[in-house]
Amino acid sequence: MAENKDLIVVENLKKHFRTGSGFFKKRKAIYAVNGLNFTIRRKETLGLVGESGCGKSTTGETILQLYRPTEGKVLYGEQDLSKIGGGELRKYRRKMQIIFQDPFSSLDPRMTVGNIIGEALRIHKLGGNKKERLEKARELLNLVNLNPNYINRYPHEFSGGQRQRIGIARALAVTPEFIVCDEPISALDVSIQAQIVNLLEDLQNELGLTYLFIAHDLSMVRHISTRVAVMYLGKIVELTPRDDLYENAQHPYTKALLSAVPIPDPFIAKKSQAVLLKGDVANPMNPPKGCCFNTRCPQAETICTEIEPEYREIYPSHYCACHLVSA
Amino acid sequence: MEPILEVKNLKTRFYTRDGVVKAVNGISYAVNRGEVTAIVGESGSGKSVGVLSALRLIPEPPGKIESGQALLEGVDLLKLPKEALRKKRGNTIAMIFQDPMTSLNPVLTIGRQMTEGVLAHKDVGRQAARQRSIEILSLVGIGNPESRLKNFPFQFSGGMRQRVMIAMGLACSPKVLIADEPTTALDVTIQAQIVALMKKIQREMGMGVIWITHDLGIVAGFSKDVIVMYGGYIVEKAPVELLFGNPLHPYTVGLLSSLPRLDTKSHVRLKSIQGAPPDMINLPAGCPFTERCPQKMSQCAEVNPVLTQKEPEHEVACLKYC
Repeated sequence: MAENKDLIVVENLKKHFRTGSGFFKKRKAIYAVNGLNFTIRRKETLGLVGESGCGKSTTGETILQLYRPTEGKVLYGEQDLSKIGGGELRKYRRKMQIIFQDPFSSLDPRMTVGNIIGEALRIHKLGGNKKERLEKARELLNLVNLNPNYINRYPHEFSGGQRQRIGIARALAVTPEFIVCDEPISALDVSIQAQIVNLLEDLQNELGLTYLFIAHDLSMVRHISTRVAVMYLGKIVELTPRDDLYENAQHPYTKALLSAVPIPDPFIAKKSQAVLLKGDVANPMNPPKGCCFNTRCPQAETICTEIEPEYREIYPSHYCACHLVSA
Repeated sequence: MEPILEVKNLKTRFYTRDGVVKAVNGISYAVNRGEVTAIVGESGSGKSVGVLSALRLIPEPPGKIESGQALLEGVDLLKLPKEALRKKRGNTIAMIFQDPMTSLNPVLTIGRQMTEGVLAHKDVGRQAARQRSIEILSLVGIGNPESRLKNFPFQFSGGMRQRVMIAMGLACSPKVLIADEPTTALDVTIQAQIVALMKKIQREMGMGVIWITHDLGIVAGFSKDVIVMYGGYIVEKAPVELLFGNPLHPYTVGLLSSLPRLDTKSHVRLKSIQGAPPDMINLPAGCPFTERCPQKMSQCAEVNPVLTQKEPEHEVACLKYC
């Protein structure tokens, strides 16, 4: 793979949080992100799926340097973002934006839409004077299919889907190359989700954007992604091109995840048997020895509880970390 | 098949400072013994308020049940005196709420909360109630139930808490169980566990179940009949195979085609429904879906269609079919 095709290269990325200490409690670490290696190619959408608490949001935020990594590198082009700070990092911040999950709490209720969108322009000194900034905000509202005359309204006057469009307009204000979409549709109604996904796809084609699309809805991730990474307990267990994910999933966790997705078709759904996983996700403060999935894996063998499986390429551009899968 | 719960022409409004929210506008449906009926709709479509009203669980004021009947085995719950109603709730008809984090009392042990219902409804002593709780906890797949009774809700994970909620709902062996989005707050693998558990228990105990959800995928695999709600009205009602195989109402059609399918091969652009759900304070005079409907006709804005039988067992509220 040519080097210049990759926009972002993540190498051995780790983010550990320390818990608060109590009088009788020792400080402990939460291994939220625990050694990730992957790349995000220019103009692709990399889907990142996993259950709550598996570290997918932390991964997105660590790439953006909203959290500084505990260990490892995040290369943006040639630059290692974990090594720089201050004004130098701010230059890169302009190129990387985020769209948050909850359109209700991620917009300041006391700012008008025009100011919310214009704020990033002001901070990055891109928009000129206030009047020009508001003009730019109108253009951006138009771009996300909202009425440009809404710039003087406040967030509470909008529905969830409209707010998410405002969140997208804000992210686009500084003309970024890369956007982390952190569950941008999970708080929205079903009939609105398709609107937002279509908008994100249109914008990607029009502006040549690169997405990291974080979600727990596998069918939506498969729909929007070029490649999909499956995370479990701070690690990527499988990374494949989108079609391989459904037709040729290798990791037992991916298989279980896929079979757990309800298919909206009564003829198929009543016949299919889900692979039911036992129990819950293990505690990220105390991840199991060996493979992170061995406590719930229906196929676990002795080796799985002792040695951590290597994350390797089993087919061309299909990565998997499992002892029981052979190339 | 005889219905165990029959709701007739139920109408609920909320009188708020901003105006009257017309949450439920005359809905009628029946739930049969031993069958699962799903109610599907978006937030604000009145799907939860509809069943909460039938149990008289909405806060009054601001809420008010304007008219209707909710017949549980022929007895109208909306006319029962408070005491008699309390004997039914949790006993003959029970409910599982959406959010297991907030619907359990954080300062009482699981054992205390589980036995409370049994002690209130059944003529049994403390020991027998405890025994029943242990039985039902192991039925829902909680390991080591005897010692778990002493635990507080925070000592359980989300999926486990939802199991406890289900166990509480089942403790008195109700004839009707209402599940209000019981898996929405859970991860897919845990959701699959809970759905499988509910299927098994429903079959074994032969309850009538109302499953409220916005996830058409769960509906497809689980329910026998489906009710689609929009803007406080029932817009379509059909057995699950008919609804998915031959949806009639433009809203149902739009909803089904806006879903990405895990099993489709090529990348096709999603068909979205334009616009947003209606403002429940200023509902349009005609059909609530008019504004977003791709097949609207001139009279749609004025005439509100009534739910009419189009095919055997298949009812739809749309002027196209009247």
